[in-house]
Amino acid sequence: MTDIKAEIDVLPGLDSSARLLEVDGLHVEFRTQVGIAKAINGVDLHLDPGETLAILGESGCGKSVTAQAIMGILDSPPGFVTGGAIRYRGVDLLKLAEEQRRRVRANHIAMIFQDALSALNPVFPVGWQIGELFRVHRGTSRQEAKKRAVELLDLVKIPAAKQRINDYPHQFSGGMRQRVMIAMALALDPKVLIADEPTTALDVTVQAQIMNLLAELRRERNMGLILITHDMGVVADVADRISVMYAGKVVEEAPVLDIYARPAHPYTKALLESIPRLDLKGQQLNVIKGLPPNLTRIPAGCPFHPRCAYARDVCRADPPPQQYDVDPVRTARCHFWTEVVGDEPAVK
Amino acid sequence: MFRYFVRRVLQGVLTFFGATFIVYALMFANQDDPLQALAGERPLPENVRQALTERYHLDDPFILQYGHYMRGLLTGDFGISLTNRPISEMMAQAWPVTIRLAVFAIIISALVAVTAGIVSGIRRGGIFDTTTLVITLILLSLPIVVLAPLAQLLFGVQLKWFPATAGAEPGFYQLMLPAMVLSCLVIATQIRVTRASVAENLRSDYVRTARAKGLANRRVIGVHVLRNSLIPVVTLIGVDLGNLMAGAIVTEGVFNIPGVGFNLFRGIRTEDGPLVVGFVSVLVIVFLVVNLVVDLLYAVLDPRIRYE
Repeated sequence: MTDIKAEIDVLPGLDSSARLLEVDGLHVEFRTQVGIAKAINGVDLHLDPGETLAILGESGCGKSVTAQAIMGILDSPPGFVTGGAIRYRGVDLLKLAEEQRRRVRANHIAMIFQDALSALNPVFPVGWQIGELFRVHRGTSRQEAKKRAVELLDLVKIPAAKQRINDYPHQFSGGMRQRVMIAMALALDPKVLIADEPTTALDVTVQAQIMNLLAELRRERNMGLILITHDMGVVADVADRISVMYAGKVVEEAPVLDIYARPAHPYTKALLESIPRLDLKGQQLNVIKGLPPNLTRIPAGCPFHPRCAYARDVCRADPPPQQYDVDPVRTARCHFWTEVVGDEPAVK
Repeated sequence: MFRYFVRRVLQGVLTFFGATFIVYALMFANQDDPLQALAGERPLPENVRQALTERYHLDDPFILQYGHYMRGLLTGDFGISLTNRPISEMMAQAWPVTIRLAVFAIIISALVAVTAGIVSGIRRGGIFDTTTLVITLILLSLPIVVLAPLAQLLFGVQLKWFPATAGAEPGFYQLMLPAMVLSCLVIATQIRVTRASVAENLRSDYVRTARAKGLANRRVIGVHVLRNSLIPVVTLIGVDLGNLMAGAIVTEGVFNIPGVGFNLFRGIRTEDGPLVVGFVSVLVIVFLVVNLVVDLLYAVLDPRIRYE
């Protein structure tokens, strides 16, 4: 399989010693009738094999848009990548011709979506939808594709895979459907897997099973996993590093333990404080006041300043805070990160 | 599925009897003096009148006449028209012509509507979409009694692209213009439905998944979107068969095509009860069968639909 793959999917300039995935100063905007929404304003990310990077943030902060830009499946128009680079093993995906870019999807970088029921095509059997990848990208026969599909359903631990191959998506339970999505994403052995809120539509026990499955598959295949979520509870167990996004920027990036112990950005801190805690039962929740900014009118300076307890005059004026190095593996975009870190830890 | 099928067939039987009864009653009520209508201006000799009255049971009360008729119908005997021809023979000549015309019209409308609908669904608000919108609006607002003679005059008589009338044994070429006129009746709605369906499906999540699978745009639209978009369109095409049959009455009259509509048209004018009821009965059966087939097809096209 790897031989065929090497033959078919040679990317010019692919350098196996270069970083698996590197997003550099990515800008995305949506040109709508009510104005230009600046969804992504200079996002930097990087990912190594076998590593799990969690992207965290409220709805509308640009998590999913970042993922779609990496995949190259932004709805365009209205979405346009206006700047930056997305390098996969040294190859800038944004500079590839569409035909080559198309081959990167599923072969090198694959993605699973939040709601598997709507993300799977309702009128084709799941086996057909998985097998389609082998037929289109590998040119295998229908029978061979079907055989591969059964193997994949086995891999994601769907019971009686052979019998279920001809079932339609609506005949599966929520958790099983998400497993089908995972099987489909893994079909062509990608090196990067992007999971966009993979467990949001599922109940808690199934959530845990799906997260464990993802972690296990990532380990076995030494994949890089980007996990997009708004749920801090989900990421704590599986993520290696966390990037916190706000208004289209990464405001803080740190190893998972550091961020939980000593957040360096007021937004991260506020997110942690808003998690319901058993020992504070009966008290009012600490919610973050206000709403994320309207992306057509992002405030000057630090975009978080209208909601920030630390905000001072310098925060309200341009230029926005630069990326400060908290330590060699941590960054934060806050003028007063030292104060934030020095504060009493949010989670004891 | 089987129980559903049986239930639908039983419902169909009821509908069939109801429909034929109503049509028969209408023809009966409308009857002034069919024998005189047959004779035209000439006076009808009394002995002939008596013989014919007896043959067609014209003196019996309505319900008995209906009984006579239905008994014949159920034993496969359509009776004899007032012009003294066996109706079954007339049907054998008329139905193949009309079926050819209707299938031709359906193929034209489906091909044009699906293609145009997909293109304008993908590029909404573009030049093609706007042009199609204007054309379909014009077509929708023109009744077929205007459209058919207009097309005949323009393309048949003046430009001479097509024969102006079809004649006794119409072939493919003779039926071209009537079929196009007929398809105009349904094409506008079909385009709108296809367009809306494609536009809606293009926004759905599974399209994003298909793109993420690295499929070419052609395959995403040609396989994933199309297969889903066709579900409402196929249903509509089936239902449109009714519109086509109604339109066929006018179209066949205008283009002089010896089909079902042509015979019905003449039968209604000459108060030929047996002829009209016979043809309408078969029309009712065609409707019922087509509707059943469309409903069953719906379950085949959309696996989420199950009948029990």
